[in-house]
This record gives sequence, structure tokens and C-alpha cells, in this order.
Amino acid sequence: MSTNQLTTDRLTAEDPLVRSRGEGVADAGSPAAAVRVSGVSQVFERGRPPVLDGVDLTVAPGEFVCLVGASGCGKSTLLNLLAGLVKPTAGQVEVSAQRPALMFQEPALLPWLTASGNVELALRARGVGRVERRAEAARLLGVVNLADAGRKRVHELSGGMRQRVALARALAQDSSVLLMDEPFAALDAITRDVLHLELARVWAEQQLSVVFVTHNVREAVRLGQRVVLMGSRPGRIVREWRVDLPQPRTIESAGVSELAAEITRELHREISRHGN
Amino acid sequence: MATSTTPSGNRAAESPDVGTRAIEAGLDALDTAATLPPGPSLGKRFVRSVLPPIVFLAALVGVWQIAYVAEVKPPYALPSPADVWEVFWESVTDGRAFEAIWTSLSRGAVGFALSLVIGTALGLAMWWSRWLRAAIGPIVSGLQSLPSVAWVPAAIIWFQLTDAAIYTVVLLGAAPSIANGLLSGMKQVPPLFDRVGRVLGLSALGRTRYVLLPAALPGYLGGLRQGWAFAWRSLMAAELITYSPQLGQGLGQLLNVGRELSQMSLVITSIALILAVGIAIELLVFAPLERRVLVRRGLTVR
Repeated sequence: MSTNQLTTDRLTAEDPLVRSRGEGVADAGSPAAAVRVSGVSQVFERGRPPVLDGVDLTVAPGEFVCLVGASGCGKSTLLNLLAGLVKPTAGQVEVSAQRPALMFQEPALLPWLTASGNVELALRARGVGRVERRAEAARLLGVVNLADAGRKRVHELSGGMRQRVALARALAQDSSVLLMDEPFAALDAITRDVLHLELARVWAEQQLSVVFVTHNVREAVRLGQRVVLMGSRPGRIVREWRVDLPQPRTIESAGVSELAAEITRELHREISRHGN
Repeated sequence: MATSTTPSGNRAAESPDVGTRAIEAGLDALDTAATLPPGPSLGKRFVRSVLPPIVFLAALVGVWQIAYVAEVKPPYALPSPADVWEVFWESVTDGRAFEAIWTSLSRGAVGFALSLVIGTALGLAMWWSRWLRAAIGPIVSGLQSLPSVAWVPAAIIWFQLTDAAIYTVVLLGAAPSIANGLLSGMKQVPPLFDRVGRVLGLSALGRTRYVLLPAALPGYLGGLRQGWAFAWRSLMAAELITYSPQLGQGLGQLLNVGRELSQMSLVITSIALILAVGIAIELLVFAPLERRVLVRRGLTVR
């Protein structure tokens, strides 16, 4: 398993994170990684700069990794690659789950189905029988605290409730890997805080490996065990931080703010490179 | 949190998980509390939607009566409303009106069902095959603007004066609209829905069955509605021209009888009946169907 050269170069000896990074490499070497991306490049149009350039990323089973970066860093492309919706131009993508679950920025619920119907569709795709589908959908809606909303139509649900139904649908895929593409970006701050709690709880309970893409550095530090900063044009991994803050955290915690400030500085430095 | 003076804050701090659920339940209640106010009362709805057409019809009859009294046209060309009412009532009491409506409506239903099957199959085929879409797409769209009465002579030459000729005309009138409606409905399905289907691991067939077709339903219904309108028009055109004893007497043929007898009252009666059937089908079948689909999806208020 080759480690991302860039990342290791950037991390200096004085940085305490180098040690944790070392552990990460050890994880990466084990065959049981939940997600392994090695040397992945993605070119959509010939002659244009690649969207992703030599990306290496390993996610251990049960690990929560957040990807942050400015627009054009290829975060969403990377997720699409992991989800198997796109094939990489070069490099390898390995995901331990046969079909990782994916949550979009939009709830992407099907409006002609009820909340329960949306969850049941994921179960149907897995070949679950009709009777079990009902019961399992009810159980999963209970997991996201929507036990009473099963018969509601999508338009009758608030934005936060829709995103929770989407989470229940993702859980219905019964995958050990959950990919999230800025799932809370369109929500108001209060709802987002609550969903952070919800997600942190679900992650701990279900022992999922999560790859969470966001623009929001604080959100990344609040949720992740590891935060990976991506640079833009071409998208590549610039640096990563292990978040050793105790759970439960909140977005207001001093430790979260501190680390977020540090990552934001690095992000700004990275963005400012594109101005000249 | 510990220094917070609000009791609820303390409670949340003591037991974070219960707190989350409580906050979540509160947010859900607040966010979805904005239910719609109750709809207008029956009386208001009557005043809003039933009264206006009645007033308009009454005004129309009034103007007609004035035109009759003023003899804008000689009475054989412009009979009085009372004369027309008499003929209309007679056709109702002697059963001719119902017979004509039944004949036409059953033909329309069979023709429409035929168009539904063929139009839907055509729309699906055009969706699946890019080549087919490119090849016949413009023709199918063009057929929508071709007055289907233009097919009547050809249909008579092929099938003589039989029901088959009439069905052919109805089919050529309605099927293109249905195919186009389905196709445009499918084209308007957000790509995100297809991604959802892929992420969930549905097969191509499963995505069509559970995602694409239901998503395209509003567009398809629009196509069906237009298809019915075209079918009904084509049917009247065909009945008007193919007049023969073994064909029975539909509304179009009734209209033709009025023309041949120069009986304007019967002509107006027939037109009124044709219009009434068209309005009834729209109000009793398509409007409720479309409303139901749209309301379910939250695409219309009520």
C-alpha cells in the first residue's frame, strides 16, 4: 500500500499528527480496509486538467473520515467513484462493501412514495420480501426517530425529516460503508446540529465506515475521526488531521473550534494559491 | 451547559440522548406545523367554480334569444333557444341522444384503449432506442399537428365503411400524443432519481419499473388527457364522414343527419351533446386523476 507522498511530505516531524498518521498507514496496510483508493486520477475531458490527480485514501472499518475542500477539489467525484457510479481514469478503488450506501446533498426521496415506501424501495432492491420490508422500514424509521412518519408523503416532511428518511434509506441498504455528499449543507443550523447528534449516534450503533464530504470545516471536525483536506484543480489530498477529541462533541466545543481554525487556515492557504 | 438557567437546558445536559430525541421531535412538530388552512366551504366553492359557468351560459342564451328576436339570421338558420330545447328534450326522451352517446363513447373507449396500448409501447420503444427516437420522433411529433380527419379518406379506402376505419382514424389521432406525453414525461425525470436507483442497486428493469415510470407519470397523464381529446375529435370527424346504416348512429352521425335535413336545432343539439361528453370525461376522469397524482406528490396545493 503506497502512502500519499504529498501528504507525508507536508506533515512535518514537529507535527504530533505524524504519529497518528503512522497508525493510519498501518491500518491501510491491513487487507481489511473498508475503503482503499490508490493513485486514482479522473479526467472527464481530454486536454483539460484532471478532476482528481493521484489520490490515495484509506478508510479503516468503522472509521469516520471527513473530506473537506473548496469547490473544484473533486470531493463529489471521489464519492461517485467510491459509490461505483463512475470508473476512474487511472488508479484503483476498492470498497469492502459490495454496494456502499450513498446520501446526497438533496434528500433525493421519491415523491410518489411515502417515507416508508422510500425505505422499502432500498429493501426491495436487496431482495427483501414484502412482509419483512414493512417491518424493517418501520424499524429503520424508528432508528432516525421517525417512527410515526412512515405513512407521510415526502412533501409533508420538513427538510430535516426528509434527510433523516434518506439516512434510514441508506441504512436500509445494509452496507458497512456509508458515503455522504454534503448531506446537511441545505439545512438550517439548528436542524443540522440535531442531525449531527443523530448521525454520530447511528454511526456508533451501526459500526459504519463513513466517508463524509463537506464544505464545512467545523462540521468535519465535529463528526470525523479524521479530517482530510483536499486541494482544488486538480483535486488531490493536501493534508490530514486525526481528531482526538472526545465524543460526544458539539460544534461549539473549544477543541473543535481550535482544530477547525487550524484546518481553515490551511484551507485558505490552499485556496489562495488559485488567485494568482 | 451547567450554568444554564433554563430548566430544559439542564435536562438536556443530564441526559444527552433523550435530549436529542426531544429536540428532534420538537423541531419536527415546528417544521411541519404549517399545515394548510381548511379549504373553502361548500358554499364558497359553489360561488367560485359552479356559479360562473352557469352565469355565462345564461348570458349566452340571453344573447342568442336577442339575436333570434332581432332576426340576425333567418329562423331556419338560427332557431330560438326554446326550439332547440324542444328538439334536445325530444332526443333525450325518445332515447336517440343516449343511443348516440353510447355508440360514440364506446367507440371512443375502444379506440382510446387501443391508442393507449400502442402509444405507450411506442413511447417506451422511443425511450429505449435512441436510434428509433431520432428516426421517428419528428414524425410522431408531426402527426400531432396533422388533423386526423385527413386520414378519413385513406381509412375508408382501406377498411370501407366499417368500425375498423373509425378506429384507425382515432388511433392515428391519439397514439402520437400518448407516445409523446410518455416520452416527454420520462425526459423530465430528474437525473438524481436515476442515480438513486443505481445507488440502491436496482437493475435497469427495476429502475424503469420503480423509478422512471412512476416519475414520468404526470407527463404521461398529460399525454393521456391530450390523447383522449384527440381521440374524441378524430372520432367525431370520422363519424361525420363515414355515414352508413350498418355503422349505427353516433353523435357525429346525428350531427350529419341534422345537416342533411337542414335542421339547425338538431345540429346545435348534437354539438351540445358532443361538447357535454367531452367536458364530462375531462371533469370525471382526467381532472380527478391528475389532481390525485399531483396532490400526492405535493406538486399542487389542492
